[in-house]
Amino acid sequence: MTDFLNDWGLTLVTFVPLVGALVMMAVPAAEERAIKQLALLSSLLAMVIGGLLLIDFDYGDAGALQFVVDARWIEVINSRYILGLDGISLPLLALTLVVVPLCVIYSWDHIPEPGNPKAFFILMLILETGMVGTFVAQDLILFFVFFEVVLLPMFFMIAVWGGENRRYASLKFFLFTLFGSALMLLSFLALFFLSTDPASGESLRTFDMRVLSDVAGAGILGSTQIWIFAGMFIGFGVKVPMFPFHTWLPDAHTEAPTVGSVILAAVLLKLGTYGFVRIAVPMLPDGAETWAPWIGLLAVIGIIYGALGCLAQTDMKRLIAFSSVAHMGFVMLGIATLTDFGINAAIFGMVAHGIITGMLFFVAGSVKERYHTLEIRRLGGLLVQAPRLGWILGLCSMASLGLPGLAGFWGEFPAILSAYSPAEGLPVETFRTYMVIAAVGTVLAAGYLLWLLQRTAMGKPSEEFADSDEIVDVTRTEWLAWTPLLVGIVLFGLLPGLIFDVTDPAVVGLLATGG
Amino acid sequence: MLGSASALLVAFERPPIDWHAVAPELTLLGFGALLTLVDIFWLERGRAVVSALASFGLLASMVPVLTLAWDGTDRSTFWGAYVVDDYSLVMKAVFLLAGYVVVLLSTNYIAEGDYWENEYYQMLLSAVLGMVVMASARDLITIFVALELLSIPAYLMATWRKRDLRSNEAGLKYYLMGVFASAVLLYGMSLLYGATGSTMLADIDAAVSGAGAPLAVVTLGVIFVVVGFGFKVSAFPFHTWAPDTYEGAPTPVTAFLSVASKAAGFVALLSLVFVGFWGRADVYQPLMWALAAASMFGGNLMALRQTNLVRLLAYSGVAQAGYMLAPLAVAGESLATADDALSSVVTYLAIYAAMNLGAFAVVIAVARRTASAEIDAYKGLFRYSPGLAVAMTIFLMALAGIPPLGGWFAKFEIVLALISPGTAWGVALGVIVAINSVIALYYYARIASHMWVEAPPESAEFDTTAPIRTPASVTAALVLTGAATLAFGILPQWVGHFTDVTLIATLVG
Repeated sequence: MTDFLNDWGLTLVTFVPLVGALVMMAVPAAEERAIKQLALLSSLLAMVIGGLLLIDFDYGDAGALQFVVDARWIEVINSRYILGLDGISLPLLALTLVVVPLCVIYSWDHIPEPGNPKAFFILMLILETGMVGTFVAQDLILFFVFFEVVLLPMFFMIAVWGGENRRYASLKFFLFTLFGSALMLLSFLALFFLSTDPASGESLRTFDMRVLSDVAGAGILGSTQIWIFAGMFIGFGVKVPMFPFHTWLPDAHTEAPTVGSVILAAVLLKLGTYGFVRIAVPMLPDGAETWAPWIGLLAVIGIIYGALGCLAQTDMKRLIAFSSVAHMGFVMLGIATLTDFGINAAIFGMVAHGIITGMLFFVAGSVKERYHTLEIRRLGGLLVQAPRLGWILGLCSMASLGLPGLAGFWGEFPAILSAYSPAEGLPVETFRTYMVIAAVGTVLAAGYLLWLLQRTAMGKPSEEFADSDEIVDVTRTEWLAWTPLLVGIVLFGLLPGLIFDVTDPAVVGLLATGG
Repeated sequence: MLGSASALLVAFERPPIDWHAVAPELTLLGFGALLTLVDIFWLERGRAVVSALASFGLLASMVPVLTLAWDGTDRSTFWGAYVVDDYSLVMKAVFLLAGYVVVLLSTNYIAEGDYWENEYYQMLLSAVLGMVVMASARDLITIFVALELLSIPAYLMATWRKRDLRSNEAGLKYYLMGVFASAVLLYGMSLLYGATGSTMLADIDAAVSGAGAPLAVVTLGVIFVVVGFGFKVSAFPFHTWAPDTYEGAPTPVTAFLSVASKAAGFVALLSLVFVGFWGRADVYQPLMWALAAASMFGGNLMALRQTNLVRLLAYSGVAQAGYMLAPLAVAGESLATADDALSSVVTYLAIYAAMNLGAFAVVIAVARRTASAEIDAYKGLFRYSPGLAVAMTIFLMALAGIPPLGGWFAKFEIVLALISPGTAWGVALGVIVAINSVIALYYYARIASHMWVEAPPESAEFDTTAPIRTPASVTAALVLTGAATLAFGILPQWVGHFTDVTLIATLVG
């Protein structure tokens, strides 16, 4: 069993959803039940395989890549099919594998307009393959392909099942991310040509991420590194999204169907931050050092701007979308410190934000379904009409604003703290200023989330909806889809070591070779 | 007087001919002749078999190509004017298979309309023959003969809907522009011949690379030759015939022009650049840089405004030509770069053939229902004909270069070749390629959202409830091109293995 997992585990967990999607293509669209069952089955199967991998994972050696597969792929450009799992990938892999089946369950009786569950689930499964593949790929070209595989399904998910303004939003999402990844690819190629073996001084001409992080930009001039890093900065920064590349996010989130928003918030945004942690920072340490203060600056601008944006929103979903900009700002601030402490916090922040914001979008979707509107002005009294739903919204808001004891705290607080002592060579005063600004950002976060809660959950139901019989409390499918996430919020809040212990060795290892 | 004539007579000797090397051309020629005979003796009865016979001829010509590839030795015949190596074999295979797909696309189109059928396939085979010859041609005369052999039938095929004014316009425009381009090309060739005293590309290279070559004459010669083929590959600003011709010509012919004819132009350009004047990087590199950048921006920006899908594909074809010209702008930096550049263009041509033919296959299939190529007619296609909508999405996104569909690897190879020498000009062109893929995505994605997002037009004059039925041959073309597009994207090793070719070895070694 262990041998089998070693050789095939990661390949299976990546491609099982895709195989499921292919099988579903053969099922006639009228067989809705069979299609839903197949979708659930393939995503659960991927989750089970992922679970086995997690059990088999050697936690004592979390810094090393495990279950490594290294096979021929495109020989003409010396790109190989390399997969591997270490402490940095593991939490994000687990997050993806849990979120997708929950989305399938939630969609069981929530297929958004205009229907067609077959296409909807097929796209969701293709999306899963792309996301999982990105987190386990250890070859830059393979990473790039998986990174891009998610584009098309998400584009269609927003374009077909989205809200009123879906055409604009989906196209904007598509164009922004493609622009970023085109520049990112140029940077990858530059790395390919310029990286040299420090021992022999020969050109490496490899896309192997393990090798490239080991040589850590040796042989590439600092000034060149700055340019290469800039390309990746835009590529990953658009995906995160960092201020000022964030404008696609509120539109995409607002228009996307509930499940699309959940996947977007929970996993897709993490592809960008993961790229920074896995590729940009370790492979180009000099470039990272030059850019770090600017990343930090954009991160804190994002924190404040996102928070102010939230305060100005009248639409619940748009508000949550802007809060994503703010939260990803904390993650980026952690990364910008270039310390193991900061990057650990960033990875925790990614997982926490994935669970919490994903959950908030689920709640928003369910509110929309009941009230047919997300305009905060018209809502109110959720705690009266649907008390459990209201309490869940309350819990998620508290988690999102970083209440100690819930998961959100461990993403934000250490990230702020890490800015107190950034890595050697970075301007300490600047980062301490960032720290103060970020701390102000948490106050604003408390402000907009509590305000949201006050206006939607508390008070009396508005007259418009007082007698609506559509407003029911949390349904059975919703409980099924949400419970794991709610448990996660509390569990990781109480036992943050569950994640930190896994990520820490990998982060330390990554930075050590990068130093 | 008499003495000189007899000297000429004595001077003629039959060139040694490697019959195996020319077997693909002979097979194709044989089937072309067979089609003519069928037409002469069976008259109308022949209509039933000509399309099958033509496709069989194209596939049969693949057999000697495969045996030559299996044999693996580089062959040179006709005193070096005709060369069979990996590069020419790959391109011959692309031409023959593209021709086969075009026959598949034509079968119903030509049979159901009121068209001359036998002649159509004769013309098609003749044009493909010209392309196959072009892949091996290594001297100016052979290149020109091959060019005319493929162009003249193509002019005729563009006017095949002879009762349609637009088709006449298409053919006439194509003809006039084509003849003009040929004249420019010939003038350039004569300059090159005058400067070097030889029509053989290898000799020309030796002469123009030397210090004694007259710069002005060589420069003019290179520019005219490149401009002449610039028309054929529809590079900006020599693309003006393409949109009108594409729109007016019968759609299968448009598919043929946009893929095979364009590829033939590129093959000639590649042979010329890499064998004929590779040493004169100072002349052709800036020229190619400007052509490539202008074609990418020009094609993509004009494509943004199109409302007709065929015209849009014409402009996107201009941009695609720009991508393929780009590596030639760095080709002269070093031998290694030249190898990268050549392989990248050949890779692009092979993948482009699959995805663009696929896109036209969908256009043909949809036009059977809507009788229109307007983009608005594609609204709601996903609702009533999901299979075709998915196929079209795959082809368009492949053209846009979205992984894991074929086009990404083609673009990747181009950018790889551009960045590999590390020059500022190369990197700048790489950035231009990147920017243009984003611009192009806008119009490709717009079509995709027309198909997926919009509801079918209510006032449509066609049925939007039942799925479109595609004839078996079009379905076969869709399956072939779709499978190739996906396979090239997921396992690019396949195409990379075959297109990793070299022309430089013959030059230096």
